[in-house]
This record gives sequence, C-alpha cells and structure tokens, in this order.
Amino acid sequence: MSAGDVAVCVKQVSHQFGEAGETQYVRALADTSLDIVRGELLCLIGPSGCGKSTLLNVIGGLMAPTAGAVEVGGKPLRGPMPREIAFVFQEHALFPWNTVIENVKLGMIFQGVAAAERDKRAKHSLEAVGLADFANHYPGQLSGGMRQRAALARALSLETGILLMDEPFGALDEQTRMILGEDLSVLLARTEKTIVFVTHSLGEAVFLADRVAVFSARPGTIKKIIRVDEPHPRKPGFVTSEKFTALRNELYALLHDEIRKAVSESAGGRNGAAR
Amino acid sequence: MTRRGERTQQLASRAVQIGFLLGLLVLWYLATNFWGVNRLLLPNPVSVWHQFVDVVASGNYLPDLRVTATEFAVAFVLATASGTVVGYMVSRSRYFTRVFEPLLAGIFSVPIILFLPLYVLFFGLGPASKIALGTTISFFPVTLATIAGFGNVDRTLVTAARSMGASDYQLFRYVLLPAAMPVIMGGLRIGFTIALLSILGSETIASLAGLGHHIVELAEDMDMARMFAYIVFVVLMVALLNFAVSYLEARGRRHR
Repeated sequence: MSAGDVAVCVKQVSHQFGEAGETQYVRALADTSLDIVRGELLCLIGPSGCGKSTLLNVIGGLMAPTAGAVEVGGKPLRGPMPREIAFVFQEHALFPWNTVIENVKLGMIFQGVAAAERDKRAKHSLEAVGLADFANHYPGQLSGGMRQRAALARALSLETGILLMDEPFGALDEQTRMILGEDLSVLLARTEKTIVFVTHSLGEAVFLADRVAVFSARPGTIKKIIRVDEPHPRKPGFVTSEKFTALRNELYALLHDEIRKAVSESAGGRNGAAR
Repeated sequence: MTRRGERTQQLASRAVQIGFLLGLLVLWYLATNFWGVNRLLLPNPVSVWHQFVDVVASGNYLPDLRVTATEFAVAFVLATASGTVVGYMVSRSRYFTRVFEPLLAGIFSVPIILFLPLYVLFFGLGPASKIALGTTISFFPVTLATIAGFGNVDRTLVTAARSMGASDYQLFRYVLLPAAMPVIMGGLRIGFTIALLSILGSETIASLAGLGHHIVELAEDMDMARMFAYIVFVVLMVALLNFAVSYLEARGRRHR
C-alpha cells in the first residue's frame, strides 16, 4: 500500500473528557492508529462507550484529540474540512423548518455552490436515494428511514471524497435498516467515496464493510481489523451465505468479551460512585 | 372521525359560542328594559348601539385612537428591539444565562403597573409615561423568550451546520434564527398583549389623552351609553389586532 492510497491517517490518537480525578473524567480513546484506504468502506464496531463515535468526530475535525494527530490527504487536520468530509449523523440532523430539497441545498449554500449547480446536484442526489417525490415535504412529514435517506442525500450532494456515518441507521427498525443497507451498498458501488461507518450491528458491519475495525472496551482502541472480501454492490443473498455467517461469528467472538468487560466496568463504576 | 364530521362539529361549537354571546345581549336588553336595572349603571344596548354608530361615523375617536396607537406602537417596537438584542446577547454565554435569566424572570413576576405613579413623576402625564411603562412591561417576556429560543437550539443541528462549513453569519441566519423564531414569537405575543393592557390601563388612571382616558372621562360625565360604545370600539380594535397577529403567526409556522 503506497502513501497515496491512504485517505485518512490516524496516528496514535488518544482522547479523554475532563481531567483525571474529576467526576466526568472518561478516557474514551487510547493510542489508536489506523490507515483508512481511499475508496474503502470501513466499519467501526465495538461495545457502547468504546470511543468509536469519538474517533469518528476526531476524524471529521469536530473534536480535537487530547493526543495524537489525524492527516487527511496527507495534510494535518485542524478543524472541519467541509469540502473533503461530509457527515451523516445518528439523529438525521435535518433542519425541521426547511423542506427536504431546501435541506439538501443548504449545505451547498454554506459552501458557496452556484444556484444552478445546487439545483442540479440536489435533484440528482435525491434521485440517488429514492426521495425525488418527497423533495417538497418537511422532515416532520417523513418516516425515520426517509429522513436518513434525506440526510444521506445532503451529504452526497456535497461531493466530498470522504463520508463519515455515525450509526446512521441506529434509530431505525430492523427491516428498514436492512433495506437502507442494501440501497447504500448499491449507491456506494457507483461512487469512489471513502466511507467510515460506525455501527453496533454485527450484520450491518459485515454486509456493508470492506474492512471492520473491532474496538476494545473503554478506553477504546482497535483490537483487530477483519477484511470482508466481497464485491460491491452486495447482493441480498450475501446475508445467508456461509461466508457471511463465518465473518459474523468471528466478529461476535471478538466483541463478546469486550461487551462483557464494558458492562462489568460500568457496573463497577456505579458501585464506586455509590460508595 | 371523518373530515366532514370534524367540520360539522366545529360549526356546531361556533354556533354555541355565538348563541352564548347573543344570549348575553338578550339578558342585557331584558335587564335594562324590563327588570329595572338603573340605566346610570347599565345603559340600554340599543342606545349603546346608536352611540357606537355615531362614534364610528363621526370619526371623533380619531385623536384618541392616534394617541393610544402611537404609544402602543412605539412601546412595542422599543420592547421588541431591546428585548431581542439583550436576549440574544445573554443567550450567547452560559454564565450570563445562568445569572440573568432567573433575575429577569423574577422582575417579570413583579406587578410593574404599581410603579405607574413613579413613571408619571419621571415622564409626565402625557404619552411618554405610557410608552415607558409599556416598554418596560413587555421587555421582559420578549427578552426571556429570546434567551430561551436561542439557548435551546438543538446542538446536533449546530454541529451539522458547522460540519458542512457554515460561517458564523450563515449559522445565525440559517440555523439559530429559524430554530429560535417560534419561541421568540411566543414572547412577542405575550409582550404585545401586556403592552396594550398596561397602556390602556394606565391611560384610565393618569393621562391627558388616549382611548382609556376618553372612556374614564365619559364615565365621569355619566355618559354611560357613549362610554359603553367606546369600550365596544376598543374591544373590536384589539380583537382585530389579535386576529392579524394570529394570522401572521400561523403563516410563520406552516412547516409543523
């Protein structure tokens, strides 16, 4: 792998909230290093509170890490890079007072995209996520799955090389996430985007990812990276294949111990607080 | 329930409301014409109507309406301008919000109308004291609503806008302002009502002109029918204003 293939380089990043001794002190990330390859879909998976969302925010420039550095395209990251990196948040983060198409265009307004180009890109990205017929609806009139599609359309319209997705389907029901996952795989097979996708669903990770980075319990660091060699777009049949099951089981085994650790630690923490 | 059923029910309750008001009018008529209620205390609705027609047709309400409307407009504009600016500045800092929000809410709960004599001493019997009082009273709800509106903007939306490269101005114009607007509108609505109330009220207590002043003058002349006509006139004007404000509010809230 040559240096040119690396889209994002995470170098020994650690992050803590608060200072040692304070009640809100949390070591979220410990000494994490990671190379994200251009054009790949990397899933971050781990027990809740393991720092995977923190890492995503650090990569997106929304949070400055306590220690370590991130390079995007070879340049050190110092804050949000709206032209290189787009986000899809867990809570769709659509502006409720704007229609779907206004929401999609707003990101481009922020970046000074010309009006004609905005119209074209907004229309195109809404078609790509299958929301063309709902362009003039308000987010409040849409289902949860449709709102996430709209948020995805907004992120796509910014035409960034990197897309960060923080449990985008976390609040949706199982069937909706399955359909959205399949559509996402089809959509992404057509683009060259580098994608980092945080999830706590084993199936979602195996189905979508080229590589899955498994986090340890807090303070989180990458325990192992598993490769999923399966071309995009992934077929619905992939879910029932032996390969899928084997990978899912491997992930399950890796995660199970960490989840136990995370649960017992938070229970211990509670006892400590009671004393 | 079907749409038509809802519509019918709505019409039915409107009919009951109108019927209730008509019933009151009939009671009023009966009380003054047949039940011997002193006409110096309660004039006959028919003579009130004649007076009302005369007031409207003669246009001699105009000078007083002009005084009251000017007082109200100036007070409301001053309260809106100062309240939104002060509220926005306080909302920018967690510390200021923590210190000033309870303080302002505390002062707002004081019946400021009690300070009317003081306002008259400072600003005289003319419109200035009404404007000052109306501004003071409506400043608080506007400020408090502005603090609440800007203070409770969903952080996710701010983060999303920042991640897409919004400048400070764009963040304000496209995120903070529209998010805070419904709450600020609620504060303006309260400020609107209590500015009007306090101005009309203080005109009846100590003033040189204005609709409130004229109503008290008529009461002192024992010209009860004309006084009632003026009250009806003021009530209708206020109802019209409220209707206009509700309409504007509904238009601003179309996405919900």
